[in-house]
Amino acid sequence: MKDRNHLSNVGLTHKVNVIDNGLVDIPMLQILQADGLPHAEAELPDIDKDTAIKAYKTMQFIRVLDERMVAAQRQGRISFYLASTGEEAACIGSAAALKPQDMIMSQYREQGALAYRGYTTEQFMNQMFSNEKEPNKGRQMPIHYGAKELNFMTISSPLGTQIPQAAGYAYGQKMAGQDAVTICYFGEGAASEGDFHAGLNMAAVLNCPAIFFCRNNGYAISTPADEQFAGDGIASRGLGYGVKTIRVDGNDLLAVYQATQEARALAIAGQCPVLIEAMSYRLAAHSTSDDPTGYRSKEEEEKWRQRDPIKRMATWLTSKGWLDLQEDETYVEKMRQEVLQELKRVEKVPICHIDEIVEDVYDTPPWHLQQQLKELKEHIAKYPEAYPNTSGRL
Amino acid sequence: MAKMNLLQAVNNALDIAMGEDEKVMIFGEDVGHFGGVFRATSNLQEKYGRGRVFNTPLTEQGILGFANGLASQGSVPVAEIQFGDYIFPAFDQIVNETAKWRYRSGGQFSCGTLTIRTPYGGGIAGGHYHSQSPEAYFAHTPGMKIVIPRNPYQAKGLLLASIRDDNPVLFMEPKRLYRASVGEVPEEDYELPLGKADLVKEGTDITLLAWGAQMEYLQKAADRAEKEGISCEIVDLRSILPWDAEMVCQSVMKTGRLLITHEAPVTGGFASEVAATVQQECFLHLESPIARVCGLDTPYPLAHEKEYMPDELKIFEAIKRTVHF
Repeated sequence: MKDRNHLSNVGLTHKVNVIDNGLVDIPMLQILQADGLPHAEAELPDIDKDTAIKAYKTMQFIRVLDERMVAAQRQGRISFYLASTGEEAACIGSAAALKPQDMIMSQYREQGALAYRGYTTEQFMNQMFSNEKEPNKGRQMPIHYGAKELNFMTISSPLGTQIPQAAGYAYGQKMAGQDAVTICYFGEGAASEGDFHAGLNMAAVLNCPAIFFCRNNGYAISTPADEQFAGDGIASRGLGYGVKTIRVDGNDLLAVYQATQEARALAIAGQCPVLIEAMSYRLAAHSTSDDPTGYRSKEEEEKWRQRDPIKRMATWLTSKGWLDLQEDETYVEKMRQEVLQELKRVEKVPICHIDEIVEDVYDTPPWHLQQQLKELKEHIAKYPEAYPNTSGRL
Repeated sequence: MAKMNLLQAVNNALDIAMGEDEKVMIFGEDVGHFGGVFRATSNLQEKYGRGRVFNTPLTEQGILGFANGLASQGSVPVAEIQFGDYIFPAFDQIVNETAKWRYRSGGQFSCGTLTIRTPYGGGIAGGHYHSQSPEAYFAHTPGMKIVIPRNPYQAKGLLLASIRDDNPVLFMEPKRLYRASVGEVPEEDYELPLGKADLVKEGTDITLLAWGAQMEYLQKAADRAEKEGISCEIVDLRSILPWDAEMVCQSVMKTGRLLITHEAPVTGGFASEVAATVQQECFLHLESPIARVCGLDTPYPLAHEKEYMPDELKIFEAIKRTVHF
């Protein structure tokens, strides 16, 4: 990166020199072609069979989980869900290239990264049913996961807030001398928030070992990318902040893996941030509260369905002799059964005891919260039938 | 008259305002072709064009900064923040800019034409970030007006008045009632006054005060109390800032008792402000302490939402305690 803080380093021109968008053309790393075979000139990433299979199976699991939970929401069994269909490779390929000690600060569509870290079907269900076994104690809407033991920061709905936070977390890792980075996921829509600009600038100036991973999936709810920004995607902004930048095909797991491996190596070696822009498409609705038929065509969706990241990876794994399609089908069926069984089992688990309503506001509940809890419990005891989820356990 | 839900009433008011004044412009996240995530702006882009009804990039800070500039130029922006919970990146623009623009320029410039629309409130399984009622943060900001309707009739009349008022208005819409509240609404243009409360029902034993979605619980609680022989006077504040202290105090001087309810946490909530003024103005008329039935001093929960809510039963119990003090 060039140091242009001082006037003496600025080159001169003697006629008006207008720089526009077209001057920088950031190419997209692609290893696998749409048919799943590697480009002849591509250098394959350093990925072993176990990692490749684990990443692939995680994609299949997430596809199953997403389908099943969207259906569960339609049946009224959970209040909300948000699928990542079409974007599995971006989240899982990147998570696979990290080390377990690396912190993940996600937006809300990165269930694949969490599953790769080892979050179980039961844990997913506990969170979505907001029950007493869920570590976040049922305080947030479904899909707002968090798992300290897996270095996965609890999700917050407001968009982009995690971006400067990731810079701060990574700075702490650096100061503690850890061999660790922070990866921060967000969408191209969230990159319009002021927090994106603050976060990237601070990470660059303060030399934070953070990977800013943008899932450019084409839509922020109904707003298409061309109403979101006028520049060359999100990647072009990295250059402005002095952040090393990679653009990658988000539907190509091998390319995402390779880009993230490289980003991690750069972040550790240089103690600096790296921006990755993964080009993909949100095949799912924004959430179960959304209906994309109001703002985009079936033809457009179909074009992207043809670029399915799971099929592409399956073809490559099969060509390597690492995947048996028969076994793959059996695995998917097994996952369907597991998701269904856990769903049925977990939906019967009760929510937290009412005492939890005032816990964790502070380290310990101050006098006024203790008093409010006492009054609340007296009220519930008076009208037990009106508060059936908590009145049985006062 | 036409039967409308609260969303349709908002949409109708926006349509009238845009049809009447070409300086009115509507923008925010997803408000364009899609018509907003709640569809409050449906069909407006088709009718008035992309120049006047448009999607913005996803930046609340940007939306309000843009709106402030546009208002200061003399246009009439109606900016939407998709959820009240997401208004905080714009806090600086609203509190330091929108509200102070006129004062700091000695009246040379202002954002008086600006209206900010945002849905607020819980009861929809929305957890921390789709349920908050942030009116009190803004009530601490001189220069702002804050308006909250409780039904479609109010939504249309108050929104039209807000858009035309020469002061910046934060117009907070009770999203729990968006589709649930349906009523007769005049099809023609009309306004309801800002800064004036609405006397919903006369009574003699206690004054019950709320605004927006909380009015529904208040009325149900009053029905229960009436069955026990307690005569309730019900007042809908409608405007949080400036608020109608005159009507509230007159009512309390008549009944001698006051209960205020809101969904937001009790500490520092707007009920505190009302209670302070009423005890000052009506001290010798009060026969019992002013009761507040509000949200707990916790973040808005999900699994315990039912327990958190200042519901009909909690209000009913507080009415009895206050009357039998």
